[in-house]
Amino acid sequence: MRPFIYTRADDVSAAVQAAAETSGSAPANAAPVQFIAGGTTILDLMKLDTMRPERLVDINGLQSALGSIQATDKGLRLGALVRMSQAAEDPQIQRDYPVIAQSLQLAASAQLRNMASLGGNVLQRTRCQYFRNTSWPACNKRDPGSGCAALDGVNRKHAVLGVGDKCIAEYPGDFAPALAALGAVVTITGPNGSRAIPFEQLHRGPDQPERETTLAPGELITGFDIPAGPYTRRSLYVKVRDRQSYEFGLATAAVALHLVDGKVEEARIGLGGVAYRPWRSHEAEAALQGKPLDENSAEAAAQAAFAEAAPRRDNAYKVELGRRTLVRALLEAGRMEI
Amino acid sequence: MTHSNDPRGASRRDFFKISASAAAVAPVVASTALHAQPEQKPDPFAPVEVDLVVNGQRRRMALDARTTLLDALRRHAGLTGAKKGCDHGQCGACTVHVGGKRTLSCLTLAVMVREPVTTIEGLAATDGALHPMQQAFIDHDAFQCGYCTPGQIMSAVACVKEGHAGSADEIREYMSGNLCRCAAYPHIVTAIQQAKTQMEG
Repeated sequence: MRPFIYTRADDVSAAVQAAAETSGSAPANAAPVQFIAGGTTILDLMKLDTMRPERLVDINGLQSALGSIQATDKGLRLGALVRMSQAAEDPQIQRDYPVIAQSLQLAASAQLRNMASLGGNVLQRTRCQYFRNTSWPACNKRDPGSGCAALDGVNRKHAVLGVGDKCIAEYPGDFAPALAALGAVVTITGPNGSRAIPFEQLHRGPDQPERETTLAPGELITGFDIPAGPYTRRSLYVKVRDRQSYEFGLATAAVALHLVDGKVEEARIGLGGVAYRPWRSHEAEAALQGKPLDENSAEAAAQAAFAEAAPRRDNAYKVELGRRTLVRALLEAGRMEI
Repeated sequence: MTHSNDPRGASRRDFFKISASAAAVAPVVASTALHAQPEQKPDPFAPVEVDLVVNGQRRRMALDARTTLLDALRRHAGLTGAKKGCDHGQCGACTVHVGGKRTLSCLTLAVMVREPVTTIEGLAATDGALHPMQQAFIDHDAFQCGYCTPGQIMSAVACVKEGHAGSADEIREYMSGNLCRCAAYPHIVTAIQQAKTQMEG
C-alpha cells in the first residue's frame, strides 16, 4: 500500500473542507483525497494498488450526525454512516421496506455488514478482475484510453445492460438496485453546499468509465431519503449467485408492487448483477402497469427489461437468468401477505 | 504480498525495522496533517498515534498510518491469535471484536479504531477457564489445521450473541464469512449449537 496522510474529521463541514483541497479534474472516485468510513472497499483496493489516494479523511467521527435511521409517514431516512447490519436488522425496515432490509442482509458477510457504511456501500467499485488487478494493462476505468480487457476476455460475471464499447464492468452491489427501485433521493454535501438528487442520477453510464458517479471531488453522501409508497411493504429482493451465501449476485431483482384486486397499480423494479450501474427498469414497470399479475405479465415484463441486453462471449446466460430472476421476484412479491 | 512499488525501494522486512525504530524514538506523535504547519508538506511516513484497548489493556503505539489493526495486533502488540489469511476481507481468519461487534481486522486501519478490541487471547476467563465456544470447538473436533479457528471462534461468539444461531441453517448463513479450507464446517455448526446452549443457559 502506498503511503497516505491520515486525518480525522469531527463534523461534516470539516470533512468536506479537508477533502476539498484536491485537484479539480480528477473524477471523485480517483481524487487524491478520499473519505473513509468502513474501509471495506477502499483499503482492499489500496492494498491492490488499484486506488492510490494521497490522503484519507476518516468520517467515522460524524456518527452522531449521519448515523441514524428515521422512519415517518413520509418515508425512510437512512444516514450515510448507518452500517449495513444496522439497517438490515431494523424491525421497522424489515416490515415496511423489506426490499431494503433483504438487499442488505443478503450482501457480503456478517463482519463486512458490521463495518460497511450505507454511503460507502453504494460507491463500492466493480468486481471486474481486469479493473482490480493492476497487472492487466488495459482498463479504461483505471487508465482512461488503455482499452478494455474484459470485452474479449473472461466476462462471465460482466454486465449485459447499460454497457458500452469502453467498459462492460458490472455494478456488484445489492442495496443500490433497491434504492433505485424505490425512487430514493441521495443527499450530498460538498464544498459548494448541499444538494439532493434522485439516486438514479448518482451513477454514470459507461461513456467515461473512469468517471463512475456524478459526485464532484470533496462531495460527501450524507444520506438517503426513501419515499413511502403503497408498494413498499409488498417488496422483496431475490438474489441468484454461484454459492448460497457470501457471494456477489449474478442476477438479482428488487421488486415492489402495489396491487389492487390482483392488478398492478404500480410496480417498481430494480436489477442487480446484470447492469453497468444500479439499474431501474422503467420498461418492465410500464409493461406491468394495469395488468393482472400472473406468469404471462411477469414474463412480458422480464422480456421488456432485457430487450436491450448486449451480452458478450461468457455472459449471455445472464439474459435468461436475469429474466427468470425477475419473474420469480414478481410472483413471490404477488404472493406476499401484507 | 510484496511491495515492489514502495517508493523508497525498501523490502518489507526493512520497512518494519524502520517503522519499529521510528516508533522507538517517537513514542507518541499527534495526528499529523491537521496540526501540520500550512507551509510544511505533511510527511506520509511520519508515525501516527494508535491508542488501543485490547483485551482490557491499553496499548499506545506510534505506527505507520498504513498499519492495519491485524498487523498492529500481531506485529506490535505480540498478539498473534488473529490470523492473516487473504488480507483482503474475504476469508474471516482475522476476525476480532471491536466494540463488541465482529470485525475484519485486516480491513481496519489501527489508527481508526476507537472502541475496545477483543481478540481470541481475551476470550478465556482470567483463571484460564476456556470460553464455552473454545471448549465446544475442542469437544466437537471443529478444526483440522486450526489456522481459521481463532476467526471462526470470534465470529461464532458474535453469531450467538447477535441471536443468529437459532438453527443449523441460520448458523451456516451467519458464519459464511469465515472460510475453512479443511472444510470442518459440519463440526463447527455442531460446536456452535453446543456453546449456544451454555452461553444462554
